[in-house]
Amino acid sequence: MIDATSRKLTLFNFWVAFGAFGLASVFGLYQVLERSGFIPALQSPAVYFASVSTHGVLMAFVLTTFFIMGFGYYTLASSLKVPIWNPLLAWAGYGVCLGGTVLAAIPLLLGKASVLYTFYPPIQASALFYIGATLLVVGSWFWAAIVIVMYVEWKKAHPGEPVPLPAFATAANAFLWLWTSAGVALEAVFQLLPWSLGLVDTIDVGLARTLFSWTLHPIVYFWLIPAYIVLYGFVPQAAGGKLFSDELARLAFLLILLFGLPIGFHHLYMDPEQAHGWKFIHMVGTFAVAIPTLLTGFTVIASLEGAGRKRGGQGLFGWIGALPWKDPTVLAAILSLLMLVLGGFGGLVNASYAMNAMIHNTAWVPGHFHLIFAGTVVILYLAVAYRLWPRLVGKALVSKELALVQLWSWFIGLGILTTPWHVLGLLGQPRRISSVNYNSVLTLAWDPYELAMILGGLVLTASAGLFVYILYKTQTAGEAEQPVEENWAVAIRPATALPEWLNSFGVWNKVIAGLMALSYGYPIIQFFVLKTYDPTAWGY
Amino acid sequence: MHIDLLEKRWLYVALGMILLFLGAIFYTAWVHNVHPPGHAETIDSASLHLSEEFAEDKLGVQAEPLANGSVQVRLVAGRYGFYPREIEIPAGRTIVFRLASMDVLHGAHIPMTNMGTMIVPGFVSEVTTVFPKPGEYPLLCNEYCGFGHDHMWSKVTVIAPENWHAPTKGGQQP
Repeated sequence: MIDATSRKLTLFNFWVAFGAFGLASVFGLYQVLERSGFIPALQSPAVYFASVSTHGVLMAFVLTTFFIMGFGYYTLASSLKVPIWNPLLAWAGYGVCLGGTVLAAIPLLLGKASVLYTFYPPIQASALFYIGATLLVVGSWFWAAIVIVMYVEWKKAHPGEPVPLPAFATAANAFLWLWTSAGVALEAVFQLLPWSLGLVDTIDVGLARTLFSWTLHPIVYFWLIPAYIVLYGFVPQAAGGKLFSDELARLAFLLILLFGLPIGFHHLYMDPEQAHGWKFIHMVGTFAVAIPTLLTGFTVIASLEGAGRKRGGQGLFGWIGALPWKDPTVLAAILSLLMLVLGGFGGLVNASYAMNAMIHNTAWVPGHFHLIFAGTVVILYLAVAYRLWPRLVGKALVSKELALVQLWSWFIGLGILTTPWHVLGLLGQPRRISSVNYNSVLTLAWDPYELAMILGGLVLTASAGLFVYILYKTQTAGEAEQPVEENWAVAIRPATALPEWLNSFGVWNKVIAGLMALSYGYPIIQFFVLKTYDPTAWGY
Repeated sequence: MHIDLLEKRWLYVALGMILLFLGAIFYTAWVHNVHPPGHAETIDSASLHLSEEFAEDKLGVQAEPLANGSVQVRLVAGRYGFYPREIEIPAGRTIVFRLASMDVLHGAHIPMTNMGTMIVPGFVSEVTTVFPKPGEYPLLCNEYCGFGHDHMWSKVTVIAPENWHAPTKGGQQP
């Protein structure tokens, strides 16, 4: 069992993460209802766009950042078997993040920051919103610093030994996050903050979009890496088997770090301010980053197959039935992989340079990222909660059956929600509209899918409510039990001696610096070389 | 570093898949010249009404075809519409759209076609495409631009080339 301070840090971060998750789910339900137009009394663009902005910020920034910080502390403390370095700094970071979240929440809920979670200048939000969002990022850098210090100290104390895989992956994520968040930090400090505080009158939108794209894609890997840690670290053991390969897992994390960073331009495929040659380069990187995911899929499924066969499964597919489907961690992993396959297919279409034009900014896009984010990633966050709550609070999960119902309903709800979105996208429905007002026969084809969306939203919100209820009940009414030691998965062939490039980040950071300079250097410099015209601020 | 035989095979499969996808895109992009929009051309959004190209009487389908025979269409995107609100263009001919925003971010998309682009204040967006089928198409704004965003759309009528006539001067609506 990890020490009390580390447990408390993890738990406090998880409370904020899952509180934000529960709240944001309710906003999601309102949005599908409002958007369908079936209940005229609900119609209001002002409330809708305030809600979309809040839902996006809570899910994409608050749930993720707090979950990743909490899980990172847990991962390091349990796999390195040391307490958190400088807990005071960790609490300070937590305080900065929480303060930032509250500051941003006030204008969001008052409708003074309806700029969506992607900011969208020159539409201007209250300065409080940008300050709050910046503090959330700054606070998370405290976490990244602590992770890197702990990783370095452990390596120093254990020369020549491989860093345990979960800690290695967490350190990769800390480096990734520092690289990733630099783009939005530059946008906030040099553009959004001075502009929203009235120090400057205009803003270079092309530059702002380019800097945001720097963050906008790799941030997805910041969210995804903890999910992969679950797949590599918890799932093989929970299924009763071993991890197929430790070394290739490390390679996958390093390749995500390397390929995941310089590819943000695929969010700018349709933008006029960047030339298509640069978009093409980022497109090649976008496809390259599929490799570590394909590797992960292989290793995790191979590990599951090993476990299934050990449990008596036979034949080509018999091992699948032999897996412990009633274990929440294993069930979540299987459902997560299924949604990764579907969402990944949609992602290939988005990534495809020119084909993307057909579905850009249509309902296809939220269909895709809800499958990947709410599906692949968040379902594993939920599984982590079920696994860790007993280990953190020393109480047994109140009901395993309810947890299984919750995970299945999350999967089914996402299926019902995202299938119509994909169809609507192909039928040309824009993603960010609060109602359908186009006087065109085309829109008649959209109606049935709106109905399915509402059903999906209802199932998902009920499922999110059930999740919060299970955690709450476990914490307040669960039976006390002795917290068990974390048992991370063991590899079939544990890594004993690794080449230095598989055990450290020094070389990788240098290569990344080169790649970033190559793929973002001129595209950013051009805004200082070209004569650009900056627009003034607009309200909404 | 130890790599299992199965892993090695899967790595080849994965690499092969990625190369296949990339190969298809390389082919369409560099042989058939299919690219997303983007040529980093700047313009002052605040004074479009005074500009050579986007002044009100210069908008819409252009009277003169371009040197290569394509039909050029100029549109201004502003809250909440694309101006002019209605245009008529011929089917089967190359159309070059040039769009500029006079206020905030917008997006243009004609559903179920590849006519799409973001419209970023300060920049001119250019899209080249062909509409094979005549019909009435909505041109929708697909980027959040304010509380009236849902109402931002215009009408594009694609007509058979033999029935289509270029307007006699700029700024004309059908």
